[in-house]
Amino acid sequence: MTVTEQHQDHPGTGSRTSLRPEPPSRSGLRRQDAMWATVLIAPTAIGLLVFSIWPTLLTFYYSFTSWGAFGGHTWAGLENYTQLLHDSELLQSLVNTAILSLITLLSVPLGIVVAALLHRPDFRLTRFYRTVYFLPAVTLPASIALMWRLVYNGDFGPLNWTLSLVGIDGPSWLADSHTAIYALGVVSIWGSIGYNMVLFLAGMQAIPRDYYEAAELDGAGSISQFFQITVPLLTPTTFFVTVITVINALQAFDLVFLMIGKTNPALEKSQTVVYLFYEKGFVESQGGYAAAIAFVLLAVILVFTAVQFRMQRRWVHYG
Amino acid sequence: MADAVAATGSQKLPRWRRDLWVHVVLMLGAVLMISPFVLEVVTSVKTFAQATHTPPSLVPHPFHWGNYKDVFESLPFGRQLLNTVVMTLARTLGQVLLCSAAGFAFARLQFRGRGLLFGLFLSVLMVPSQLFLLPNYEIMQHLGLLNSISALWLPGIFSAFGTFLMRQFFLQLPRELEEAARIDGANPLQVYWWVMLPLATPALMALAILTAIWSWNDLLWPLIINTDPSKMPVSAGLAALQGGAPHQLSRPDGWLAPSQPADDRAVRDLPAPCPRGHRVHRSQGLATALTP
Repeated sequence: MTVTEQHQDHPGTGSRTSLRPEPPSRSGLRRQDAMWATVLIAPTAIGLLVFSIWPTLLTFYYSFTSWGAFGGHTWAGLENYTQLLHDSELLQSLVNTAILSLITLLSVPLGIVVAALLHRPDFRLTRFYRTVYFLPAVTLPASIALMWRLVYNGDFGPLNWTLSLVGIDGPSWLADSHTAIYALGVVSIWGSIGYNMVLFLAGMQAIPRDYYEAAELDGAGSISQFFQITVPLLTPTTFFVTVITVINALQAFDLVFLMIGKTNPALEKSQTVVYLFYEKGFVESQGGYAAAIAFVLLAVILVFTAVQFRMQRRWVHYG
Repeated sequence: MADAVAATGSQKLPRWRRDLWVHVVLMLGAVLMISPFVLEVVTSVKTFAQATHTPPSLVPHPFHWGNYKDVFESLPFGRQLLNTVVMTLARTLGQVLLCSAAGFAFARLQFRGRGLLFGLFLSVLMVPSQLFLLPNYEIMQHLGLLNSISALWLPGIFSAFGTFLMRQFFLQLPRELEEAARIDGANPLQVYWWVMLPLATPALMALAILTAIWSWNDLLWPLIINTDPSKMPVSAGLAALQGGAPHQLSRPDGWLAPSQPADDRAVRDLPAPCPRGHRVHRSQGLATALTP
């Protein structure tokens, strides 16, 4: 990702500027550029250095330390990492995070389908549908958690009440270690469809209408148009959406924190890596161990993203 | 052309017939998307007994508006709303200003080390934010900003993503406008402020909307940095109320403890009854009952 674009030489500026008294010389402009660039970039650069880059390095250092309950870190070498290898809780949380991410991926095809249905010439109610599907993306996680806890409630939730009408005795979805992670997954899909839909709609706007008109002349129906034109031309967007969706899902925290909670018997089977990181770092005061967990998460994200970028050659077509 | 379109099948049917099945599918989806919201609104005007009754009633009888009063009494809710607004505005304005300035410089100005510096910015994009949390907590502690409104927004105004977004946008703008201004003697700051910024309104809006949504919904950072309910945004405040975060209300003995003095000061300033009093536990009744 190097910066390749260079300033073009200014054609014609020589003759034009010569009409003006004392034009600034090019090297003078360069020096002026550099000075102003410093002024304009410095605040963000310093902010990122203080709050992102330096903290990352510090967390890396912390991952080799052991923390006392009242502050004070001692060097512990690879102790945290060897502990990680034998930590069944971490292994389980990695499995949970993987399951949650895989389920959340369903929001990608659903997002395409909704976007494709909305992206038709002079279709009515588009605004209404877009608003409704996007609503979860702008709703507070605490609010989302509360409403879904109502839905999932084992005793008086509408979900189990509906199931009881057809004679099914539903479990306590969020307290049952067999169902909790899937219940979270459904909420996660529900929450990401709208966001993905918006990204897909933006991608579809770049597809020329002519393609569809030509296909229609050839007698292609809307379904074959969707698979022959929309899906292939949308692969770059799909790639982007997939990567973003999975990276977000790998960092899931809010739903577990708000919907499962500390005393829930299903916690072990539904806690994610970031939830475990929060517990270790900010509740149990094991900062060093938490730092090591954070680096495991970073490794997972990097590996996943690298795999995605390698696989894109097989299925992503750039126009 | 018109003949060709008229010849295709879709023109033979009236529009509402052609789109009917699409509307049916989308409406079903819309009902699924929106029903949890409806349930939440309906439950908010139910008493505890009504809310836990089976079969669930769609319209409570009678309406129970008391829950809304309870929220403002059991939480410093008005204050948390204000905190959220301040946090969101500060983060959004800060990012729009700082990211557009840096993005402009990266896209339009020549200076040594530009590629290297930009690469550094990009590397920040790839690191998950959880890696910053422990040291950022300590930085805030050193600055004496634990349990302060500033802590909610300060780290959030510096964004590699925003800088990247703005740079991409500024790269697309035609060079002629900028050159005309430069020839007229404008310095880069003037070009940025008077020429580029007005042209960048769409990108600035996109960045502002994304930042505002993200900031409004942010939970983990406020939860860590501010343990005093009157200094929390609504996101963390509601989390504490729901009992999903019992340790927020009865603080851990862990290393969050040093924030205690600042915390006490904040609680003394509160006009409302102490939010950690029995009221919270009482209104947690429904929440606890809802806990699976």
